[in-house]
Amino acid sequence: MTDSLSSEMPSHDVLLVGGGGAGLRAAIAVSEVDPNLSVAVVSKVYPMRSHTVSAEGGSAAVIKEGDSLDEHAYDTISGGDWMCDQDAVELFVNEAPGEMLQLEHWGCPWSREPDGRVAVRPFGGMKKERTWFAADKTGFHMLHALFQTSLKYRSIARYDEWFVTRLLVEDGRVQGVVAIELMTGKIQAITAKSVIICTGGCGKVFPFTTNANIKNGDGMALAYRAGVPLKDMEFVQYHPTGLPFTGILITEASRAEGGFLLNKDGYRYLQDYDLGTPQPKPVLRSMELGPRDRLSQAFMKELEKGRTLEGPYGPYVHLDLTHLGKKIIDTKLPFVRELCLKYENIDPVSELIPVRPVVHYMMGGVHTDIQGATPLAGLFAAGEAACVSINGANRLGSNSLTELLVFGGRAGRAAAEHALQDKPLSAGIEAQAADEKKRLEREFLHKSGGTEPIAGLRGEMQSIMEKSAGIYRTGTLLEEAQAKVAELKERFRQVAIQDHSHTFNTELTAALELSYMLDVAEAVVECALHRTESRGAHQRIDFPRRDDERFLAHSLVSHRPDDRPRVEYLPVTITRWPPGERVYGRPAAPAPPG
Amino acid sequence: MAETITIEVARYRPEQEGEPALQSYEVPLNKDWVVLDALNHIKDHVDGSLSFRWSCRMGVCGSCGMTVNGEPKLTCATFLSHYAPGPIRVEPLKNFPVVRDLVIEMTDFMEKLQSVKPWIVRQDDPAPAKGEFLQTPEQLDEFKQFSMCINCMICYAACPVYGLDPQFVGPAAIALAQRYNQDSRDQGEQERMDVLSQHEGIWGCTFVGECTEVCPKDVDPAGAIQQYKLAATKEWFKSFLMPWSKQ
Repeated sequence: MTDSLSSEMPSHDVLLVGGGGAGLRAAIAVSEVDPNLSVAVVSKVYPMRSHTVSAEGGSAAVIKEGDSLDEHAYDTISGGDWMCDQDAVELFVNEAPGEMLQLEHWGCPWSREPDGRVAVRPFGGMKKERTWFAADKTGFHMLHALFQTSLKYRSIARYDEWFVTRLLVEDGRVQGVVAIELMTGKIQAITAKSVIICTGGCGKVFPFTTNANIKNGDGMALAYRAGVPLKDMEFVQYHPTGLPFTGILITEASRAEGGFLLNKDGYRYLQDYDLGTPQPKPVLRSMELGPRDRLSQAFMKELEKGRTLEGPYGPYVHLDLTHLGKKIIDTKLPFVRELCLKYENIDPVSELIPVRPVVHYMMGGVHTDIQGATPLAGLFAAGEAACVSINGANRLGSNSLTELLVFGGRAGRAAAEHALQDKPLSAGIEAQAADEKKRLEREFLHKSGGTEPIAGLRGEMQSIMEKSAGIYRTGTLLEEAQAKVAELKERFRQVAIQDHSHTFNTELTAALELSYMLDVAEAVVECALHRTESRGAHQRIDFPRRDDERFLAHSLVSHRPDDRPRVEYLPVTITRWPPGERVYGRPAAPAPPG
Repeated sequence: MAETITIEVARYRPEQEGEPALQSYEVPLNKDWVVLDALNHIKDHVDGSLSFRWSCRMGVCGSCGMTVNGEPKLTCATFLSHYAPGPIRVEPLKNFPVVRDLVIEMTDFMEKLQSVKPWIVRQDDPAPAKGEFLQTPEQLDEFKQFSMCINCMICYAACPVYGLDPQFVGPAAIALAQRYNQDSRDQGEQERMDVLSQHEGIWGCTFVGECTEVCPKDVDPAGAIQQYKLAATKEWFKSFLMPWSKQ
């Protein structure tokens, strides 16, 4: 048996892969179920670096007079083009206010009304004002409030800057992970009775994204390789307003506060795409406050008509905030102003902001039920890494931060209950961990003579994904992507690794991240190819209609080691809202059931 | 031919080198590039072994603090063109042990942060279901700026006291203690006072305020430290004049 790996395996009751919003909420939930349960937060970055930190606009929950849980549910379901599981959505909107109030009690600095109550703002696709916000750094404040609160729980142990390479599965249940401690290069098995995947999304599969460098679909790929299906992976959200070149997000709150989208003629072009008529003040579920998929698609149509502008980093349109005035911008959107000044040398108080659609969020993820449980015993998932599904074919802005809390909490409680069953560690786990260590050494650490640079493979993957699996797709392009991703996976076997150091080896982690992204890319393309309809964020030029007969169903894609992935379908759960037309900017919206 | 600029990067691989040494690279002087983009260009196309931390590239995750031409900076918000025609020297943040290349060791801060109890402390514990704690915009303003800290370690790199005395709790941790002390929902000021007063380092802090000068998020840790000193002095006088009041 090889050295230290076998002799000392730290053991915990619940282990979280990822320490962002969902992971930290889950960790606290476990401690609240039973403070004697030992929790491990294993993250490749310090938790406060997690990408939750970049979320800007807000977090939705019904709190004000005149709003109702049914309206939040209806907005979410119609926003998701009827692909959301309605039992999950009902539970989500129901638990959302409690979770948000809990976070308030944990110190999140929510923006307030003059009387001291929590303030809310309008948001895209929402019929009522229900988006809580902490200026325009909501994710940052939520993450730091969760992280700092987590520090008071003695039962939470952290493995900061540990990179997980594999789930340990034996006797049909997950029993831990293998991870590399970046500081020392130590490869270590960490065992646990329950494991929760909270690793976020995978925006870096695409070239142009609001997502941080760490968003590589790690947890999705770990689950996929362990035989757990991924769900609805074809639904990739483009956010309509990212800065060219950097992809930095300009929050939807900028439109909620009254910003206009203008084409090169200064025309509010959304009026041409069945999103309503322009009004001077923002109107809920209309124009600039339409849903993200429809706004991103409208940009592509403007591009086709030659009505976008052209810059060094491609086509763009303008976001106009100038009419809001300095005071509103500085109090409600200070981060937008800071980002524009720092990264574009533009002052939104007096200048137009160049923006374009940019990959932002994965509606799909690890297949879970409403407790956050995956089909693999002991394995749970929450947050963007998971697909419950409450987001369906298109997520509404400000539902994802709330989702972290509601389903992070639920997964934490379910994982705690599972851990309390206290099953013993299987005998084969040590050998499996030793095999993983050997694999890492053989394929990466001790390997020489590789010919394929990481950046080259990554760039080719990103460009085929943008070309084939972007806002508009066709079967021909997706087939091209299918072949290309398979080719890249093959070439990855020859990946070039020059760095054989054990100390903070970021070439090694970049290679491992690329291998995760290639698996995720494969899943996205496969699901997109199989879904021969258009729905929400998945738009097929060759199949432009929604087809409820065949596709009112979730895609489940499963990894097969030496074959193409298998795609199956699971019917969408409909409770009270039968599939209907998505209507924005017109009064015809059907009333939610009473 | 496109314009280029020279970047001198501190390299240190403990398995290979006894001490850090500078290595020069020529990178394109793209007007839209920040120092971090240049480091990524090197890593992707010239030398894959260069190690540094980064993530969000929008100044909020706090990962990419480094020393640029002697000053602590977030490299995602530091443009190459600002330093033209160069060279630009990029080194790890000062006052921290170096793990490798541009990566510093920050576990000391993580322990200090936890030690100041950066969470809401309540004697009572009303259920969230009863509704939010009321907090007016004015009450929010009392602590808001201290809550903007991204833990980037730039203030520690600039702090002359921390440089001399690593026991010093340091600017960011004190600012975050003060963030909770000033929060109208919190009742833990006394507990935090007890923690901060255990170490004398804080009295070594001068009014120079390098921490506040360098903060990329306009937090005022120096102001937090002065607020603490004032409160602690009052406390000291109180215990001196009214020794029975302490318990």
